[in-house]
Amino acid sequence: MDAILFLIFAAIAVGCAINLVVQTHPISSALSLIGVMLALAVLYLLLGAEFLAAAQIIVYAGAIMVLFVFVIMLLNAGAEQRVNRAQFAKFLGVPALIGFLGVVSFLIQTLMPNTKDVVFGAFRNGTAEAVGRKLFTEYLLPFEVTSLLILIAILGAVVLARKEI
Amino acid sequence: MPLIVISIIKAAVVAFVLLTALAYVQWIERKVLAHIQLRVGPYRVGPHGLLQPLADVIKLITKEGVMPSHVNKFFYLMAPFMAVALALISISVIPFGTKLEIPALGFSTPMELTDVNIGILVILAISAVGVYGVALGGWASNNKYSLLGGLRSSAQMISYELPMSLAIVSPLLIANTLSMRALAESQAGFYFGFIPKWHLFQLFPLQIIAFLIFVIAGFAETNRVPFDLPEAENELVAGFHTEYSSMGFAGFFMAEYCNMITICAVATHLFLGGWQPIFPAPYSDYVAPLIFLLAAAFLIFHSLQTLKTRTWDKYTFPAFGVIFGGLGAGLLGVVAFVPWLREAIIPLFWFVAKVFLLLFLFIWIRGTLPRFRYDQLMRFTWLFLFPVALVQLLATALVVALWN
Repeated sequence: MDAILFLIFAAIAVGCAINLVVQTHPISSALSLIGVMLALAVLYLLLGAEFLAAAQIIVYAGAIMVLFVFVIMLLNAGAEQRVNRAQFAKFLGVPALIGFLGVVSFLIQTLMPNTKDVVFGAFRNGTAEAVGRKLFTEYLLPFEVTSLLILIAILGAVVLARKEI
Repeated sequence: MPLIVISIIKAAVVAFVLLTALAYVQWIERKVLAHIQLRVGPYRVGPHGLLQPLADVIKLITKEGVMPSHVNKFFYLMAPFMAVALALISISVIPFGTKLEIPALGFSTPMELTDVNIGILVILAISAVGVYGVALGGWASNNKYSLLGGLRSSAQMISYELPMSLAIVSPLLIANTLSMRALAESQAGFYFGFIPKWHLFQLFPLQIIAFLIFVIAGFAETNRVPFDLPEAENELVAGFHTEYSSMGFAGFFMAEYCNMITICAVATHLFLGGWQPIFPAPYSDYVAPLIFLLAAAFLIFHSLQTLKTRTWDKYTFPAFGVIFGGLGAGLLGVVAFVPWLREAIIPLFWFVAKVFLLLFLFIWIRGTLPRFRYDQLMRFTWLFLFPVALVQLLATALVVALWN
């Protein structure tokens, strides 16, 4: 059951990711990206990371992508014009991609040879409580640094927005 | 019975009741609005318009679905489907009562579809994704009014999600859980024997502020008056659903009412104690039968007067009086003699009563307040609601931390 669900949602994620690149209209691409994120959230859920799954949907699909879609709608961006593509990409694109994937999978195999198989339902520390405990004890410094970074980003956005007026 | 069969039966029952409730919430809304404005509202179809929702459904289904020639077909058709599907999903994590236990059959099941550890986060996630239905519908219609409606809706929902999430966090801090069932159960009991331990009454002014912020943000999230800028008739024709007809329009319409019911149910669980009664147990059990018996007495009393309004009323009033009286007497019998059914029905009654009270508040405000201007709407949330929610959350966190 878990394996079937994994295959279905992994296929949806990959399909949406390919569609994201293939589509010419920005809205279609943005919605494909949302599809990728929702499918990834289901994969997190299958692996037992329930808090991460909810956070993934709330933050990425619910906040960031809404802003993307909002901006695309506001600018009323039309479909992308495809002008003469490079000869190099036309003939060597697919072989180069296959070669790159081969190198990456070879590196993963050699660098991490004896990783254990994933067992669905074995991971139990995905609850909000466990994540919070980790964040505020073991990973306190990275957490605080990240929040500082976000604060700087907000200040930067405010400063940039001020200049426009 | 295997779990999957029980789940399918429960899902069917919940879907049926929810869809019926959706139709009748709309009837209640039209009636209440009409009486606020000194009209009578739906009156022709059935006694006092009681069959009006059925007539509306038949009308919407059989109407021609006009497909405008200038729309982006795929997204135009997907948008109302997305809106209604997402709106219906969120009811699946909301518990309606304690549990249904039939001792004679050795059968017991909790009165909800699922109890997930992250229940409230699931609802937040689904409501966060729900904005795409409206935004896409507005964009795909390829009409400037629709586009403006969709844009307003997405901007408004992003802005009001912040104070709403902050208001949700403070009862979660007190209850120390994210599961809806545990939230409702943590609010059992009474202070001094009569003040219910609902989150609304805990940490005195703080949680009332949180409740008000949640309800105000809930109005904005569901695009209701006074925040119904996305469909402001006098500026945008009908906003994001201008180009929709027949079932497409019905989809958006259902999504709006379903979101309203979800928001009210979540508010009930977060602040109003879920299914916990307002009085201590032995007395509170008799409220439900009493309400039905009072309604029956009222109807029969009215049917004995000389009625000038509607000729059929002299038949329908006593008929409904007898039905309500029978229900009241039946409930009284259940409360007195059938403990297992009482355990299931009385919490359900309290939960539904609170949800409908909040729905009435939504309708009442729709009949009372004028619409905001768009800049007022944005200034209100960013300069007032958001800072207040932050201060309230910090104060709650401080008190909870010091208390433990």
